Amino acid sequence: MKLPIPPILIYALRRLLQAVPVIILIMVGTFLLLKLAPGDTVDALVGDMGGADAAFIERLRVEYGLDQPVWVQLWRYMAKLATFDFGWSFVYEQPVSTVLMDRLGTTLLLMATSLSIAFTVGIALGAIAARRVYSATDNLISTLGLVFYATPSFFLSLMMIYLFSVKLGWLPVGGIQTIAAFYKGWDHVVDVALHLIMPTAALSLIYLSFYLRLMRASVLEVGDLDYVRTARAKGAGEMRLMIHHIMRNALLPVVTLLGLQFSTVLGGSVVVETIFTLPGLGQLAYQSVVQRDMNTLMGIIFLCSIIVVVVNFLTDLLYARLDSRIELA
Amino acid sequence: MMSYPRTLVLALASASALASTAALAEDPQKGGTAVIHMISEQRILNPALRASTGVYNISGKIVEPLIDKSYDGYVPVLATEWSSSDDGLHITLKLREGVNWHDGKPFTCDDVAFTAIEMWKKLLNYSSALQANLESVDCPDPHTAVFNYSKPMPIDLFLAAMPDLGHPMPKHLYEGTDILKNEHNTAPVGTGPFKFVEYERGQYVMAEKNEDYWRKGYPYLDRIVWRFIKDKSAAAAALEAGEVHESGFIGVSMADIERLSKDDRFDVGTKGYENNVAHSTVEFNHRNPILADLKVRQAIYHGLDIDYAIKTIMRGFAKPGRGPVPTAGGANYTDDVKTYPYDPELAKKMLDEAGYPVKDDGFRFHLRHRPAPWGEYTQLWAEYFRQAMAEINIDVELLTNDAPGFLNGVYRDHDFDTANGWHQFRSDPAVSTMVWLRSGQPEGTPWTNQFGWKDEVMDKMIDDAASELDPEKRAEMYHEIQRREMEELPVIFAIEHPFISVTSKKLHNHHNTPRWNSSSWYDLWLEQ
Repeated sequence: MKLPIPPILIYALRRLLQAVPVIILIMVGTFLLLKLAPGDTVDALVGDMGGADAAFIERLRVEYGLDQPVWVQLWRYMAKLATFDFGWSFVYEQPVSTVLMDRLGTTLLLMATSLSIAFTVGIALGAIAARRVYSATDNLISTLGLVFYATPSFFLSLMMIYLFSVKLGWLPVGGIQTIAAFYKGWDHVVDVALHLIMPTAALSLIYLSFYLRLMRASVLEVGDLDYVRTARAKGAGEMRLMIHHIMRNALLPVVTLLGLQFSTVLGGSVVVETIFTLPGLGQLAYQSVVQRDMNTLMGIIFLCSIIVVVVNFLTDLLYARLDSRIELA
Repeated sequence: MMSYPRTLVLALASASALASTAALAEDPQKGGTAVIHMISEQRILNPALRASTGVYNISGKIVEPLIDKSYDGYVPVLATEWSSSDDGLHITLKLREGVNWHDGKPFTCDDVAFTAIEMWKKLLNYSSALQANLESVDCPDPHTAVFNYSKPMPIDLFLAAMPDLGHPMPKHLYEGTDILKNEHNTAPVGTGPFKFVEYERGQYVMAEKNEDYWRKGYPYLDRIVWRFIKDKSAAAAALEAGEVHESGFIGVSMADIERLSKDDRFDVGTKGYENNVAHSTVEFNHRNPILADLKVRQAIYHGLDIDYAIKTIMRGFAKPGRGPVPTAGGANYTDDVKTYPYDPELAKKMLDEAGYPVKDDGFRFHLRHRPAPWGEYTQLWAEYFRQAMAEINIDVELLTNDAPGFLNGVYRDHDFDTANGWHQFRSDPAVSTMVWLRSGQPEGTPWTNQFGWKDEVMDKMIDDAASELDPEKRAEMYHEIQRREMEELPVIFAIEHPFISVTSKKLHNHHNTPRWNSSSWYDLWLEQ
């Protein structure tokens, strides 16, 4: 007797199997690509130290396994990765998995808050602008969207720091918590929240402008379609019309964008994390490139590729939910 | 003529003098947390494994050297007396009694002997060359250490090296372990005024007061926190918002340094860096036949307006270089050397004479230049070099690269015509700038003579000076080396500059030694 397997599970299983070769290809490709960059972590280390003698440098290379041919290094790395061992970070002198887990929380917190604020506020403002198209409200919203869109995040961040920290003294300049304050419980939560206000604002304003502009265009397009006219003719109120008939269909391209942007979650906040000295993955990735910390960098890329695969899968599921004409196959 | 604003420098000097007088008049306050800006993260915090100011800046408060340097000369720390045998083969140190490591174990000669042989001689950069002839360290009693050398070791050189390269580590925590992987490399245990608490990667390092410190009544501070802030503008904002009390080693942008120097909440200046002086350089690849021509190198020097560069790039916080020994070199320094004043017309004439007339494209020849990525002013110096060379019809192409790219491009692959960077002078020419001039450096070693320049006279002078025991003769030998360097110009030591700190006036007793950022800060206190 055969157990009936829900089609969604079969679909998920197939996507999972497809993902394995993709991830292996990404890892091998990046490994080789990174090896093309001039110099290795020993060079970067010696650069940091302000010099060292040849014997010292040679000893470090042997210690880090960098004296081996690239193929041997690649084989060793992939063999370890197959057992989910990310190796050792010679920069942080810790296992890469520890380094990554330390940073993952901060980045996810920052990106989740920023993206959800940007997404909800963005689609709301976009829908309002589209309903009152070419009115003063629309002009105001559209102009704001353009300004946010055009302002580089480093500039926005520094201006906020200047205003709210240096001039007004309301918010802390950077970091994730007040060091040496030893807050516990709710005080700690409030402290972290205060530290996250400016980075979240800086990051979400830029994403917000994407969603706002896309949502406005999308609502305008859908609003002209026949079935909307039909619904209106049947006597549906403006509110119902907007929420049930227009928004649901207009959301499709916006969800696509959300999926795409979520994939860049881990790398997208390098600038904001650096300026606000948040110990997140973006900053870690940047530092790892500069310091040629291969193991850490490969760990981040592995994590990223998994997130991309998972988010793509979720986006497809969401499509099917939003538009029943789309089938999972 | 010097054209940089002496008034600015003088004003700063007098401002900090006033500040320190005021500080003397007040009683030190106990307690508080000093927050210090660090621009880059440190990999490990063991000063007996990594000779680097970034490491000392943190670990110098936790781990103490045998001997430190003050404005009045060498001061005893863990060693109380030092002497050398007449033949220079044995150096005897008396060690301080009643000192305990942070874990409560006593500090003895065994720790010194172990660290000297296992770390200073084998593993510590710069030190492994310095201690190459160290045969053994004897411990006739627990508080006497005798360093035995196979070739004479000038005591001057030994003393000059000790503040940076003489940190003993606890033997009982390192013996029998893989020293490079020892957990205490990132969580150091020392004898210093502050005890290591925690190191949060990407965020901060924290140390707290050592209640059992051997200088009774010290330290004043309860805690020191070093915060890693990569972005220079954010660091300047943190200083202004009062979240950070000090930023050293030019940790904020030059524009912010100039701006904050006019702000009366801060002391800005180069005091406390007398022992951490560096040279901004122009390095030549002598494998290029054009640059192998001495006349061309001299013409290039004449084409550089050093005073202008000091004024605009270094904002006046620097001096023109006079060869491989900076003014901080003390007796080993001389300014009686050949100089190359700014004179573009002369430079052009010399290049014509050397056989490099201006060609149809408007240039005499083309150079591929590698700027070191060591911060803003190094980059600006490269851009100035390009501009100045264009004036004497030399086309310079800048090849931008990151640290590993630069180090490999210049020192290993020799893929450059000219390069610029800065090189730090480490108290004594024998342990620092001489490696730039001595030929026969191991292939590919960064910050050494990989320029394809070989001069037997110079090699001999360097070797002789390194083992000369008489301080006066030794100084004269280094003067000769400087003169020859300025004649032959293998490298242009263009600008001598100390580093610059921005310090909140809430901190007192700051920058009161010539290597303050690396020192123990036992007397630092915070106004609350």
